[in-house]
Amino acid sequence: MGNVAAAEGALAAGCRFYAGYPITPSSEIMEHMAARLPGAGGAFIQMEDEIASISAAIGASWAGRKSMTATSGPGLSLMMEGLGYAAWTETPVVVVDVQRAGPCTGQATHVGSGDVMQLRYGSHGDYHPIALAPWSVQEMHDLTVQAFNLAERYRVPTFLLADEAVGHLRETAVLDPHPAVVDRAKRPGAPPFGTDDPAGVPPMPSFGEGERLLVTGSTHDEWGFRRVDHPQVHARLVERINRKITDHRDDIVQVDGHMLEDADVAVVAYGFTARSALAAVRALRAEGVRAGLLRLVTIWPFADEEVRRLAGQVGHIVVPEMNRGQVADLVELHAHRTVHRLGQTDGRIIAPDAIRDRVMEAMA
Amino acid sequence: MTRDMQEMLRPGVGATTFCAGCGHGILLHAVLRAVAGLGLDERRMLYVSGIGCAAWIPSPHFDADTLHTLHGRAIAYAVGAKVANPKLEVVVISGDGDLSSIGGNHLIHAARRGHDLTVICANNEIYGMTGGQTASTTPLGMVTATAPQGNPYRPFDLTSLVMSAGATYAARWPVTRPSRLIDSIAKAIGVAGMGFVEAISPCPTQFGRRNRIPEPARLYEHVERLCVDRETASRMTSKELEGRFVVGEWTRG
Repeated sequence: MGNVAAAEGALAAGCRFYAGYPITPSSEIMEHMAARLPGAGGAFIQMEDEIASISAAIGASWAGRKSMTATSGPGLSLMMEGLGYAAWTETPVVVVDVQRAGPCTGQATHVGSGDVMQLRYGSHGDYHPIALAPWSVQEMHDLTVQAFNLAERYRVPTFLLADEAVGHLRETAVLDPHPAVVDRAKRPGAPPFGTDDPAGVPPMPSFGEGERLLVTGSTHDEWGFRRVDHPQVHARLVERINRKITDHRDDIVQVDGHMLEDADVAVVAYGFTARSALAAVRALRAEGVRAGLLRLVTIWPFADEEVRRLAGQVGHIVVPEMNRGQVADLVELHAHRTVHRLGQTDGRIIAPDAIRDRVMEAMA
Repeated sequence: MTRDMQEMLRPGVGATTFCAGCGHGILLHAVLRAVAGLGLDERRMLYVSGIGCAAWIPSPHFDADTLHTLHGRAIAYAVGAKVANPKLEVVVISGDGDLSSIGGNHLIHAARRGHDLTVICANNEIYGMTGGQTASTTPLGMVTATAPQGNPYRPFDLTSLVMSAGATYAARWPVTRPSRLIDSIAKAIGVAGMGFVEAISPCPTQFGRRNRIPEPARLYEHVERLCVDRETASRMTSKELEGRFVVGEWTRG
């Protein structure tokens, strides 16, 4: 199951702390971590709500453990203040969001993909998280490993933007128990919140190492001292926590192209919908239509250059997604043209036929 | 502040930001005295606080690891750090509004689960930093910025709350009794499970001025007069105890 693969990916990446609160359709991740962590030398705790879960994960990260939590839309909404804290204090933490049909309680057991913009902008102020969108059980594992590696390298909250369909998907996957793993940089005595490089990532000490850390959610200088009246310190920190992601976008952004070399029409999709999109592209090819798929593996930072290049190459772009066009808006922004949308918000997956039909409409 | 205490303060940190007459300076000193008395290694100490005046007691003043978190969430962050590294000696220091209003859920659940945490609540009976609004600890009838006709609601009895939720030890003392405070903070750190200390720490600026006791000395005398020990309180009716502080220690039998 996709959710179990994500939990195994976390363990393989070195995750040794999980705090969570039950919520459909993500709970299997928590249950699997509860069973596996104690035997792996880790710690698991069920907290009283999602606010406490993200808070505990951040506290544990500063105590030196790779930490995660998993949730779905309603829980994600509660986690927003903690995610802003993690971004501002540059705390590595991984959050798996197994999306369900929202808004609000919506349809707890049905699929949706309405959290794309909430991941990016849900907490107040300017910050820049990383988000990866798996389309298979294999990627629920592999991208969770990558999410930990990116979180550690960039000291940033990192999301696995999954959905109910891929989270509950059962299929064969090969799980590497010893993948390449990145650990946070350590440099005793170095300032934990600043570097001379405006896009730099400072080293991260842990509690108990004798560094006498000052960690605060207020604006702080490179040593962690509150600087709540200092315009330059504030501006410099906002700039750095964003630029350490955007200046390294080439290292972070991944896309997966299928049959794009000679394509006249491209489908841009992510998550479970990309599976339907690939089936549609294959069906269209069988009908003689030169269709291709650009799959967004990284959602944040957005694959702006890849989309711009695609727009120069194909006649039409179709964007199917389980929301009212959150990624279609971005594709339009970076493609500088109108795209053909297929936003489905009925709590069901988008069928390959629907995408095939939308492509044919676009080309007519 | 004596020389040994001075060494427990972070180099480069000068005067506190507390108002004249604030009780938090006395509490700050009491925490350091308790920690010094126990001979704890500062490298193992982690002080966690939320948002508000009291959250600034450890951060940045204490020369140890400090985690200044979000409003109400100090205990949840502390739980994560303690569970992740049980060798840390984790002490939460925050205000009454932070720990018992917005953070009340985390307080009772941490007490229930029995995490080995110390929680020190600086109770000034009001929201100081935001300008004197009603807290869940504001006594009935007291005037605040959001209760100009007097607070119509009862306050929490925090020591009863945490003991019924599962704390191992609780104590309540005004900052006018610093020796008792130091002793209780040391006990709270020493016990297994949650040790809780409520320090009644008067706020002349926001609470005193609104309630016609603006002079710190008079406000401290007023708080002292309202204190009643547990044994005396056991012979008083709930009506007689309204507005009083029952002071003393509570332990799990």
